[in-house]
Amino acid sequence: MTGITDAAPRNVLEVSDLSVEYRGEKRTTRAVDRVSFTIGPGEAFGLAGESGCGKSTAANAIMRLLRDPAVITGGSILFDGRDVLAMSPDELRSFRWREVAMVFQSAMNSLNPVMTIGDQIMDIFTTHEGMTKKQARVRAAELLDLVQIDAGRLKAYPHQLSGGMRQRVVIAMAVALHPTLLIMDEPTTALDVVVQQEIMAQIGDLQQELGFSILFITHDMSLMIELCDRMAVMYSGRFVETAEAKGLFANPRHPYTRALINAFPPMHGPVAELTGLGEGVRFTNIPDLVEVSPGHLAALDSAGTHDSLGGRS
Amino acid sequence: MTAQPPTSRPQPGASPQGDPVISLRGLTKDFQVGGLFSRRTVRALNQIDLDVERGEIMALVGESGSGKSTIARCVIRLEQPTSGQIVVDGVDVVREEPRRASHEYRGKVQMVFQDPFGSLNPIHQVRHFLERAIRLHTGVGRRENIESTLEELMATVDLPADLLDTHAYELSGGQRQRVAIARALAMEPQVILADEPTSMLDVSVRIGILNLMRRLRGAKGISMLYITHDLASARYVADRTTVMFAGELVESGRSTSVMDHPAHPYTQLLLSAVPDPDRAGSYDPVERARLRNAVLHSASCPFDGDPNAGCSATEPVRHAVGDPADRHWVRCHMYRPSAEVAARALATDKSEDDDIAQPAARGKKA
Amino acid sequence: MSATDPSEVVILAAADMPEKEPRAASPRRRARPEGLVRSLLRNRKAFAGLIILAGFILLALLAPVIAPGDPSIITGQGAQAPSAEHLFGTTPKGQDVLALTLWGSRSSLLVGFVVGLAATAVALLVGLTSAFFGRAVDDGLSLITNVFLLLPGLPLLVILAAFLPPGLGTVMLVLTITGWAGGARVLRSQALSIRGKDFVAAAIVTGEKSLRIMFREILPNMASIVMITLLGVVIFGIGAQAGLEFLGLGDPSVVSWGTNLYWASNDGALMSGSWWAFVPSGAAIAFVAFALALINYGVDEVSNPMLRSARRRPFGTGTEVAR
Repeated sequence: MTGITDAAPRNVLEVSDLSVEYRGEKRTTRAVDRVSFTIGPGEAFGLAGESGCGKSTAANAIMRLLRDPAVITGGSILFDGRDVLAMSPDELRSFRWREVAMVFQSAMNSLNPVMTIGDQIMDIFTTHEGMTKKQARVRAAELLDLVQIDAGRLKAYPHQLSGGMRQRVVIAMAVALHPTLLIMDEPTTALDVVVQQEIMAQIGDLQQELGFSILFITHDMSLMIELCDRMAVMYSGRFVETAEAKGLFANPRHPYTRALINAFPPMHGPVAELTGLGEGVRFTNIPDLVEVSPGHLAALDSAGTHDSLGGRS
Repeated sequence: MTAQPPTSRPQPGASPQGDPVISLRGLTKDFQVGGLFSRRTVRALNQIDLDVERGEIMALVGESGSGKSTIARCVIRLEQPTSGQIVVDGVDVVREEPRRASHEYRGKVQMVFQDPFGSLNPIHQVRHFLERAIRLHTGVGRRENIESTLEELMATVDLPADLLDTHAYELSGGQRQRVAIARALAMEPQVILADEPTSMLDVSVRIGILNLMRRLRGAKGISMLYITHDLASARYVADRTTVMFAGELVESGRSTSVMDHPAHPYTQLLLSAVPDPDRAGSYDPVERARLRNAVLHSASCPFDGDPNAGCSATEPVRHAVGDPADRHWVRCHMYRPSAEVAARALATDKSEDDDIAQPAARGKKA
Repeated sequence: MSATDPSEVVILAAADMPEKEPRAASPRRRARPEGLVRSLLRNRKAFAGLIILAGFILLALLAPVIAPGDPSIITGQGAQAPSAEHLFGTTPKGQDVLALTLWGSRSSLLVGFVVGLAATAVALLVGLTSAFFGRAVDDGLSLITNVFLLLPGLPLLVILAAFLPPGLGTVMLVLTITGWAGGARVLRSQALSIRGKDFVAAAIVTGEKSLRIMFREILPNMASIVMITLLGVVIFGIGAQAGLEFLGLGDPSVVSWGTNLYWASNDGALMSGSWWAFVPSGAAIAFVAFALALINYGVDEVSNPMLRSARRRPFGTGTEVAR
């Protein structure tokens, strides 16, 4: 896992001041509010936050998958130096899946139930690469091998596989065309803890072998510590903190980050009551990120203070 | 057992005061699966013996398919057990009420479901759920007292009273689960079965629900059976934890004792999989394979040397572990679950033997 | 749809809307709780259908006012083309077609709606009972439903109508008997799928009685599909009644669209080219069916947000970027 340091290798993804609004009949909501981050080659970037904070919206914006009523209202998205927001439909078609691929939430439940796994994987190759069925079958078998699934499973239907295996199939399909960036939106939700750890390890192994960058989105921060180089915490459409993963856990500066980290009951030591997070509106007018230590930014204003933390436990 | 000083409620994990509120003996449940031409019997629960004491929270942990939800559904009488005893509050329910649960039973045992978005009927307001529960089970009169009772209930679960007039779909997941808990509480039950109440909620919201459960246990003395696959939350909220694998119980005891000194390889496997920020880089495929192997094919038991232990490969013997006050027992390692059942429960693609050889052989591919 | 097709993500993107306040400012995202009727009125197709239907009902109610007297009285010369005196002309016998059409609507609409309601009620009862009372009951009722579905409809109609005394009552009975089974199948599967949801289990666990669960928990969630079934059976009722009567199996002394067509054919209007004798009744049947179908589309759209046609822009053409 290489980190990004110099300017020489170009950033795989540069998002600057991205804003996305949902324009409803009665009201308009800002789902993503002036968000900026970069991902370098081979780097894993984690995006953490609760449901509704805008992380999925941001991911969909990167792949230009947003539709009515969502509209990108500001900022820029540069992929490998190219302006994603200015791409034509043809360019987008080759952009998606070849250069950026996404594993959606509950993707394992969205496999076509009446097609075999093999057919669905081959579909990718025959469509995007124009291969013959024979060639596609060979590649499909290779792909399954990459995720530790027996090639005999090509003939299986999705319902015949366990949840963990289906998720691995979906991940395999995402990396089929060797994209430069892989976006994963809650890839381990609904999986048991043992399977979850195996999937995370699988993702790590794949990254080592194929060298892609990862944008990893989840509400469960503990998953990120092993996989991600850097991460950001999102709240209500804005970033509240971003830093190197280990540094963020070791030294969280924003109270929301701290609260999020403290929401995990520890596995050792005495059982003490945790306060957790309330369910009301907690922060408003989140200021821009400022650097609090090298590489570590937090949304604290110049006095180093923050808006009050309301709500109840 | 050392004498316990008299307390108003039982100390967690201590020797039981009075009879258990739920007592399962030999509970077995078979399901028929398959179509017209290939009906098979799947044994979801096999001879379950479990006690939940009054005023305690007992966690039941295990992976999907381990049968933990089935236990809850049998106790709440949504499923009919194939055989065995379910004794609740001293009454053998299966014998006394064989066909369907009595109204009285419904008032004693309640359930909170996993999916906060599916367990509340979208056409009703919050008020409706609580009102129906109150009217059905407590002797409250027609119009008058209900409003204050409703407000009290909402306050108990930390929800503002003005949410009474909203519909379920307007609330967040955490709020819905609180409503579901309030509905269960409205009937003043003796025990609440919580089937993975937090697994579909955001991690940050879970603590609130778990704290609520702790408060209810402490203040009202309600017993709970907390079903989950999240060991950290079990450790946090439950007095005792029982580990389930492939339809059978493998270990049980005071939560901290079971988690800090797991005696069964399956428990160790589960514990090793819990994401721990303090323990980065913990996935070790070799260790993982060794534990799987131990669960399925263990040849020896650490208690074998003790003549009193009575290790047996055919009967599920329970060995006591550690401090007696912890009531920590583990199933004899020599007892093997049926290979087919266990292999399905630990479903992997390659066979277990391959798994051990694999990490060494797996190198970079072209 | 394979996993590479990201059109599914549309729903996900919308679901990520931040819900900061516990109470949404405007709970209009779901149509069902808002009230089926109110949301229907806002839907263009349903509104158009309702207007047309309302028009017909109004005309039916006002028939005695617009065309007083017995419409089957001969008031003019036979087979006259439309004129100022007889706006729709006269039948070969000499009756006023306009009066016949207006009065005919009363019987046709009445039978249609009665059959619709009765057949839907039976279908609903069968469907809910099948879904709720267990395997044995379900198997038995499904067998009965399937038998009725398999029986050829028109021959059964004809036979029953031939044996029973003629009259509107017979027609209504016969149509109900042949019209309930299709709806029962649909309602059963919908009821079954709702039965499997957690909130039904929660109601059982709360201690609600079975009947209450069927009618207060499951049924309200089926509102739109019950409506669709009802409208479908009404169309069936009107059309089948007309069919029966055209074959002469209805009560020829009753004035309805079907009997109008029967007499028109019997009296040779088709052969003499007196199109005005049968077109109005036929067109009326068609228009009412059309109106009901429009309402049906509307109900469908309201209950299934994916079918709505509002503001759909093609995928990823860049129009979603509004800087």
